Amino acid sequence: METFNLVILILDATLRTSTPLVLAALAGMFSERSGTINLALEGMMLGGAFAAASVAYYLGNPWFGLLAAIAATILLSLLHGFACITHKGNQVVSGMAINILMSGLTALVGIALFAQGGKTPALDRGSRFQPITFPGAEAMADVPVIGPIYSELLSGHNILVYIAFVAVPFSWWVMYRTRFGLRLRAVGENPGAVDTAGISVVLMRYRAVICSGILVGMSGAYLSIAQGASFLQDMTAGKGYIALAAMVFGKWRPFPTMFACLLFGFLDAVATRLQGVNLPGIGEVPVQAIQALPYILTVILLAGFIGKAVAPKSLGRPYVKER
Amino acid sequence: MTTSLQLPRWIDAGVLPILNLAMAFLISGLVVLAIGESPLEVVEILIYGAFGYDEAIGYTLYYTTNFIFTGLAFAVAFHCGLFNIGAEGQAYFGGLGVILAALYLDFLPFPIMLIVAIMASAAFGAAWAYIPAYLQARRGSHIVITTIMFNFIASSLIVYVLVNILRPTGSMTPESETIAEHLRLPFIHDIAASFGIDMASSPLNLSFVYAIICCVLVWLFIWHTRWGYAIRTVGANAHAATYAGIDPGRYVIMAMLISGALAAFMALNEVMGVQHRLLIDFTAGYGFVGIAVGLMGRNHPVGIFLAALLFGMLYQGGAELSFEIPTISNDMVVVIQGLVILFTGAMEHMFRPRVTQIYIAWRSRKMAQEAA
Repeated sequence: METFNLVILILDATLRTSTPLVLAALAGMFSERSGTINLALEGMMLGGAFAAASVAYYLGNPWFGLLAAIAATILLSLLHGFACITHKGNQVVSGMAINILMSGLTALVGIALFAQGGKTPALDRGSRFQPITFPGAEAMADVPVIGPIYSELLSGHNILVYIAFVAVPFSWWVMYRTRFGLRLRAVGENPGAVDTAGISVVLMRYRAVICSGILVGMSGAYLSIAQGASFLQDMTAGKGYIALAAMVFGKWRPFPTMFACLLFGFLDAVATRLQGVNLPGIGEVPVQAIQALPYILTVILLAGFIGKAVAPKSLGRPYVKER
Repeated sequence: MTTSLQLPRWIDAGVLPILNLAMAFLISGLVVLAIGESPLEVVEILIYGAFGYDEAIGYTLYYTTNFIFTGLAFAVAFHCGLFNIGAEGQAYFGGLGVILAALYLDFLPFPIMLIVAIMASAAFGAAWAYIPAYLQARRGSHIVITTIMFNFIASSLIVYVLVNILRPTGSMTPESETIAEHLRLPFIHDIAASFGIDMASSPLNLSFVYAIICCVLVWLFIWHTRWGYAIRTVGANAHAATYAGIDPGRYVIMAMLISGALAAFMALNEVMGVQHRLLIDFTAGYGFVGIAVGLMGRNHPVGIFLAALLFGMLYQGGAELSFEIPTISNDMVVVIQGLVILFTGAMEHMFRPRVTQIYIAWRSRKMAQEAA
């Protein structure tokens, strides 16, 4: 029973740590499937988190915070698109620029607005997304096995966690079962063919980065107004890059990407628990090793040792119409 | 099409970058205005803070040293068509090389240690760049993603080494022991003093001279050796290079090894010159700024030196700025960095069509005048 409870606790933490990864990785997927590299996830998350915390603080309502986050990240996506799609600039450089810009801008504006060293003021309960308790969760809690699973693991998360895991099948449906998704994927593989069919490549790619903006905005809002209670300077701490790694690990597909996020989230949850614990037979596992594991796994995958990660064919190439 | 016209060099390498830079500064000025401060005052403090007095100039050049190394690192890889985002991790690893040499070979006299430290940092930095380079060259793994991953792996690995191996027993802070006094790079103000010249003390040290030497070496290597030629050929068109009998993979690896070594030289300045020990995250984002420096300097050593000087000035002036105007923190410099990368790197083509139009109009008018 002891171990079972521990497992439930770790899985519960896994859901919480992987939620922002799932949202951001799906965001990256939409952008990259259409042919635009999105290294800017980290910076966009940061921007979303800041916008969400500030607006939620002023208006006292998390939903306005969420909307502000999405608006901010859509703007950033459009900036990314403006540089990469309209001006055919280098997509890697544009992404890095947005990351550096947002790291500075959120801190700068935060200090100018709130004068708390780059933090936003702590939010009260009403301005944050609260845990949702499923009907009958308390009554179920004492039932063996199913009880803890239902009341601990599934119930008691905030709305964004559920949105993230609903977004996965939804993204799959959009990507593989709609005309929009077909065109989006085609634009990332063979833009010339799409153009010949009379569909604007530029417009398709812009739509894709807007989808990306919506998702990554939610992921940023999750950090500052659902999981946390304020914006902290550089609070994403590389989550944008882990999401990117998860997307590559998931081979640019919704469900594998989700599993990669869950795996990376699980490693994160385990790393905090394993600190200083002696494992039988292995000894003490250094925390740093577990922290580095997602990156190492991704490199091994990219090297082609576990399956093959094939990127969309036109990824990173601006579309130049023949004249 | 008019846009495909070859512009003269002074426009391509002069007017366009300056226009882009002006745009970045214009937006930065708007950010300052939005915060409610005067952009002119900010510029004044920045320039005074960077060049106004002896000590400031020393600090400015000390930051410049780091940016020259990371800028050159980016440029060499870029000439081969590669995006080395991993300068941060390579420099971090170079720091490990320097500290291991300085702590465990501390019986060596300084001149020999200098050479050993240069070789150790180069070897460690290049080794860390080798794996992504090999994966790119032989297994086709995208180097942008692998170098990003390697930054994080380096960070975890070095924290582990610092906490478990290099940390002196009984110390709580995760940093290495200090380098023996006679093995540190001499400060420029000390060298000047030995010649009887009085200079304000600053962290500027001998590595600045080495950075300038590296500029010259990179220039010679890229434009005056056949390896440099092969690297540029691969960068321009890998398929064409193959037909010319050049194995692209080989030069991808060569360019990355040199790039990693150059990035690692940053550790000479930071670890051997200023901090005198290995600190957590001593690279502090200099590797990323190297991208901006390389792009702004058009990947040419002269341009890189100028761009590095500009960023050195921003760093030092920015420190002064946060001191003078409390509402503007050091983060303003990070914002300016981001905008400079955005405008000189990602949106470098923004003004090109318009400038080309103006140039053509100007040229045809001049030709008409000459004909008349």
